[in-house]
Amino acid sequence: MTLQDTLLPRRSRTLPRLHVAIRPGLALAVAVLAVVTLWAMLPSAFTSFNPVAGLPADKLQAPGAAHWLGSDELGRDVLARLIFGARQSLAGAVVAVAVGLSVGSLLGVLAGSVGGWVEQAILRLIDVLLSIPALLLSLALIVILGFGTVQVAVAVGVTAVAGFARLIWAEVVTVRRSDYVEAAFGSGGRFFAVLWRHVLPNALTSVLAYAAIQFGWAILQISTLGFLGYGAPPPTPEWGLMIAEGRNYMTTSWWLTLFPGLVVIATVLATNAVGHALTRRLQ
Amino acid sequence: MSDPVLEIRNLSVSYAAPDGGRTQVLHDLSLSIGAGEVVTLVGESGSGKTTTAQSVIGLLAEGARIEGGSIRLLGQEVTALGDAALNGIRGRVVSLIPQDPGASLNPVRTIGGQVSEVLAAHGVPRALRRDRVIELLGRVGLSEPERRFDQYPHELSGGMKQRVLIAIAIALEPALIIADEPTSALDVTVQRRILDLIDDLRRKTGTAVLLVTHDLAVAADRADRIVVLKSGRVQEQGAVADVLRAPSSAYARQLLADAPAFATARVRPVPLGGNTAVRVEDLRVEFVQRGAKTFRAVDGLSFSVPRGTTHAIVGESGSGKTSAMRAIVGLARPTSGRIVIGGQEITSQRGEDLRQFRRQIQLVYQNPWGSLDPRQTVGQIIAEPLTNFEPMAKAEREARVRAILDRVALPPEVLARRPAALSGGQRQRVAIARALILKPQVVVLDEAASALDVTVQAQILRLLDDLQRDLGLTYLFVSHDLSVVRAIADTVTVLHKGQPVETGPVAQVFANPASEHTCALIDAIPGAKRAPTLQGA
Repeated sequence: MTLQDTLLPRRSRTLPRLHVAIRPGLALAVAVLAVVTLWAMLPSAFTSFNPVAGLPADKLQAPGAAHWLGSDELGRDVLARLIFGARQSLAGAVVAVAVGLSVGSLLGVLAGSVGGWVEQAILRLIDVLLSIPALLLSLALIVILGFGTVQVAVAVGVTAVAGFARLIWAEVVTVRRSDYVEAAFGSGGRFFAVLWRHVLPNALTSVLAYAAIQFGWAILQISTLGFLGYGAPPPTPEWGLMIAEGRNYMTTSWWLTLFPGLVVIATVLATNAVGHALTRRLQ
Repeated sequence: MSDPVLEIRNLSVSYAAPDGGRTQVLHDLSLSIGAGEVVTLVGESGSGKTTTAQSVIGLLAEGARIEGGSIRLLGQEVTALGDAALNGIRGRVVSLIPQDPGASLNPVRTIGGQVSEVLAAHGVPRALRRDRVIELLGRVGLSEPERRFDQYPHELSGGMKQRVLIAIAIALEPALIIADEPTSALDVTVQRRILDLIDDLRRKTGTAVLLVTHDLAVAADRADRIVVLKSGRVQEQGAVADVLRAPSSAYARQLLADAPAFATARVRPVPLGGNTAVRVEDLRVEFVQRGAKTFRAVDGLSFSVPRGTTHAIVGESGSGKTSAMRAIVGLARPTSGRIVIGGQEITSQRGEDLRQFRRQIQLVYQNPWGSLDPRQTVGQIIAEPLTNFEPMAKAEREARVRAILDRVALPPEVLARRPAALSGGQRQRVAIARALILKPQVVVLDEAASALDVTVQAQILRLLDDLQRDLGLTYLFVSHDLSVVRAIADTVTVLHKGQPVETGPVAQVFANPASEHTCALIDAIPGAKRAPTLQGA
């Protein structure tokens, strides 16, 4: 987030205006995100169960008074694992979006402002990246980088680079042709000064909204990789991994897959809703 | 006399305001148009002209509501009609010629298909449509109508597109045509031809015309009667000749005074023997087009401008005036020729030298909406050239900004605002302030007033005049509008297809135009019909 703050010095001053007149659906989305964020920051404030060590006596209990969302085959509380898992997903998504946004911005701005063969080379690179299925690309990267939470986040971030780079390139090209950029050169601005004062702030406006939508996508990708066994190793509480582990008990213990699935869906929907609201506001 | 074609009585319209209340934009507006009559609705932007036109055709913007009054078309009340009933009226009884020909045609459908649409909507059998459309395209003066039928909008010029829109408007021979600023996006000569066409069609078919315009001169030439609107209220209405000869309202008097077409030529002694601020010699600008063909945008332009005077470069779109201007301010490199500003040759300069040279010559853009960074405050915008060239203490910079803001007659409160919070005229003042803060010798004005209302335009032109006198500035004024040129320039060069066809003092060029093209441009200035009587009065 610090990256965005430095790139968008003026945006932060106008952000409070975004919260005027929030519709009910949007309010719900914001509430969901707030809860999940609190889970990630202070998980032990929401549950007294240990997410990793279970009570063998309590194994595979259905949702009830003791375990609100039931317990798994090792007697671990599902709600506790969901709450502790939020940190995995959110932190991963933040890292992924940061990687995508920073590397993508760099490539996009470079291509859009320098032009010539540099632009062509970067655009072709983006085309190549976009032609590889995202999941395949992140799997390949994980194999190279090794398993682990950070590696998964970086791998997902790299697959997001192409999308960010192309959007920023298009924005930079549009802004570059505007009269005010020409006027800035006309009043004696040097290349980097004009880039910093005019091109970047104007080009990044719509990118911010795109980043919010990418955030939900990153959560989904991280869960998918966790489900496939390429994410955090067990017994880490991770949403995708929980679904994968619960799969074996699908017929007898439905809660092991249903609740993690619902949490992923709710979080992704909420970030998308907020992202779309941002898009509308900023345009 | 039979029923008027259009009769509006005490019409009031309001819009939903952002705070949840309602803002009234039309107050008790009444007007009527008889068969074959042309009535113009004149006023500045925001005066309610377009709202009036939209209510007649039942196309008010979302959030607008008719609060009271009646609109009768051929005796039939239309304010209470639903969409289905209105569809039967639109096209057949009343039709609209929209403002922007560039945006009003569907880019992916052929011209023929779009004109046929209105015929189809009103039940003309398919077999007859093609012939009817070709006949219509011929009637609005399009050459080769059969070829046009299968062409797409991007293959046509702005004037041709406007003709297509007129063909659509007259397809069903409606009793009333509403023309909403039909020519404000077009060159003067094209404007004249389009207005002639509307006139001609009206005479032949007896259609009544409601012409909406901000240009009093256009109104003067074309209308029988005139309705002057300000802030949603009728200021005055009557026969054109009466209103122009003896306007009874203060607002109409002001409009008349501000209209550049009615302004007399500026006569002031051109300083002879003074040193030359700008000298252009045999300037050529060429572009390489697809297939390595070169297109010569400017061919052999030469002129010189004495310090402290205004030189105008005049031409229609495509005449090369913009290419010439961009070369002169150093934004594009000319193919050959010399440009000397304040004794410095600029065509050979690059890099840091070119950047330093930019202090001497500053540009004010045509469109004040596009030339200011929407994310900067006015203070930042005006201070930017200073930060580029003269690093100085913040307090000193702010003092310079305030001083220049005062020069362009803007209050200090605007410093913290962003361009979106300013009116068009205020924005153009900010752009002028930005150009002047470095104390340049030469200011290039690219149609610097043409995107503005006449009254605001007149204010900006007066401001430019004052600044020139007080600061000894030299102006290069690029324009397609000869009436503005007559009001502000000392000398003029007329460009046609890249070649200078005429150059000399303004008064001489207007009195004795040497080239045919200049004659055509002068003839096309609207208001010419009435101008002599006005000057005599």
